[in-house]
Amino acid sequence: MAITIKEVEYIARLANLEFSPEEKERFTHQLSQIIDYMGQLQQLDTEGVEPTSHIIPVSNVFREDRVRPSLPREESIKNAPDKGEGFVKVPKFLET
Amino acid sequence: MDYEAVIGLEIHAQLLTASKLFCGCSTRFGDPPNHNTCPICLGMPGVLPVLNRKAVEFALRMAVALHCRTNPFCRFARKNYFYPDLPKGYQISQYELPLAEGGYIDIEVDQTKKRIGITRVHLEEDAGKLLHEGLTESDSKSYIDFNRCGIPLIEIVSEPEIRTSEEAYEYLTQLKTILQYLEICSGNMEEGSLRCDANISIRPAGSSEFMTKTELKNMNTFRGVQRALDYEIKRQAEVVEKGGAIERETRLWDASQQVTIPMRGKEEEHDYRYFPEPDLVPLVTDESWVEEVAHTLPELPTAKRDRFIREYEIPKYDAEILTQSSPLADYYEQCVGYCHNSKAASNWIMVEILRKLKEDNIDIEQCPLSPRALAELISLIDKGTISGKIAKEVFEDMYQSQRSASEIVQEKGLVQITDQEEIRRVVSQVVESNPKQLEQYRRGQTRVFGFFMGQVMKATQGKANPQLVNKILKEILDSS
Ligand SMILES: [Zn+2]
Repeated sequence: MAITIKEVEYIARLANLEFSPEEKERFTHQLSQIIDYMGQLQQLDTEGVEPTSHIIPVSNVFREDRVRPSLPREESIKNAPDKGEGFVKVPKFLET
Repeated sequence: MDYEAVIGLEIHAQLLTASKLFCGCSTRFGDPPNHNTCPICLGMPGVLPVLNRKAVEFALRMAVALHCRTNPFCRFARKNYFYPDLPKGYQISQYELPLAEGGYIDIEVDQTKKRIGITRVHLEEDAGKLLHEGLTESDSKSYIDFNRCGIPLIEIVSEPEIRTSEEAYEYLTQLKTILQYLEICSGNMEEGSLRCDANISIRPAGSSEFMTKTELKNMNTFRGVQRALDYEIKRQAEVVEKGGAIERETRLWDASQQVTIPMRGKEEEHDYRYFPEPDLVPLVTDESWVEEVAHTLPELPTAKRDRFIREYEIPKYDAEILTQSSPLADYYEQCVGYCHNSKAASNWIMVEILRKLKEDNIDIEQCPLSPRALAELISLIDKGTISGKIAKEVFEDMYQSQRSASEIVQEKGLVQITDQEEIRRVVSQVVESNPKQLEQYRRGQTRVFGFFMGQVMKATQGKANPQLVNKILKEILDSS
């Protein structure tokens, strides 16, 4: 088993997710399988092969610096569970 | 023990593009909240960001100005973290292969030149804005405005080569001036279009070790950066002196208390799990593009300052002030172009114009007096039409009324009296009506010369040519 339950908890915290004990168990198993498979891939000799982040040979796709209409505000914050005065609201937190 | 500080600065500069980095939303400042957002900058599923070419050009300008080597092949990366101001749950930034690396800025503190290395310059998007106060439910809620989300930023990271708070201040000021000369950032720290974080540690003077550092945030003015660093150097030295250990932490500058305090509440893990942004193709900045940018780069502050010293033969101090902003430097050059008196133009601008602008809290661009109008005034002095003293009065009038110098001089009858006979007449009159002072002068009390001088100037409302008055007064007094 490549992954421990502690690591699953850590990743869940980073992703802001909460899991039940059963889910944690299941994900530990599933993530381990994925990592094991990566381990298998790692055995391949990739000497001299450039890491690939994009498989299509395209670069420099640009847009011109022109303003286009934005969404109406009602639309853009429609899905927020809490809103008011044009803002999205979240439970109070402070930086200090 | 003597300590020295090891400081590195991380600067974020908002680029002056019209639209955001990856979408067409406006970057306008001060719009109503959540007015400039779209599915792309809100991070809705299935949308595709497309890179703003102008933002790349602006970033390249800075990279070239800072003598960086640009990476011909670079890419964007996702920086993953959860925070309410980041709707996507990641920020599109650059990690490996940033736009540019390895540059420098030359600064000068106490007449000593120093080169500060630039580690990297990269492009990234801004996050939204959080409001914790002033709204209906501010006691229990934080409010989010996503207008700022996706506005292009360049991050400029310095090498940890800054040793004092003065050097940091100088570095920051230079960087701001360059950004403004390049017309790619407003450079306004109070408005947040320029932000500065600092990494700082201390070590025994002369040591080459790196000790535990703290990260300083929330410094909203240039002086604030300097004061926060001063405070932190002192604080760390005190901890070490007492045998304590510096904790690796983020501290916030509290400008009202003038202290740094540990940041609480946001103890999120700094595990950003960067990976290449799959939605954006690589950015290739080939040599011809970089060359094109280099060719169109304006003259930069230091080069301009040196040219002013050389070409206009003005002191370094003058040249430094006049090149603080590109519009001010232009104003000066235009003025000299009309009046051909570089030293006088420098004096008038540094003393009178800058004083007025400060009083009115405006920039040189809003100055009611054109360089040509000021030049005319200087020429009137140079031709002897008015005295320097009268010129001050004319200047005030010009600044208020925006009328030309010659118009004011004519109308108010301020033309300098250079007619020797007329001056002689006034001088004789003054000498005759002050027998007591004349007696004193005869007895060798030459100090009263100044008194006579003042009386003559008063009698002519300051219009008499002072050199002529001086000469004639001496003649008359000595022969009386
Ligand atoms: Zn948008």
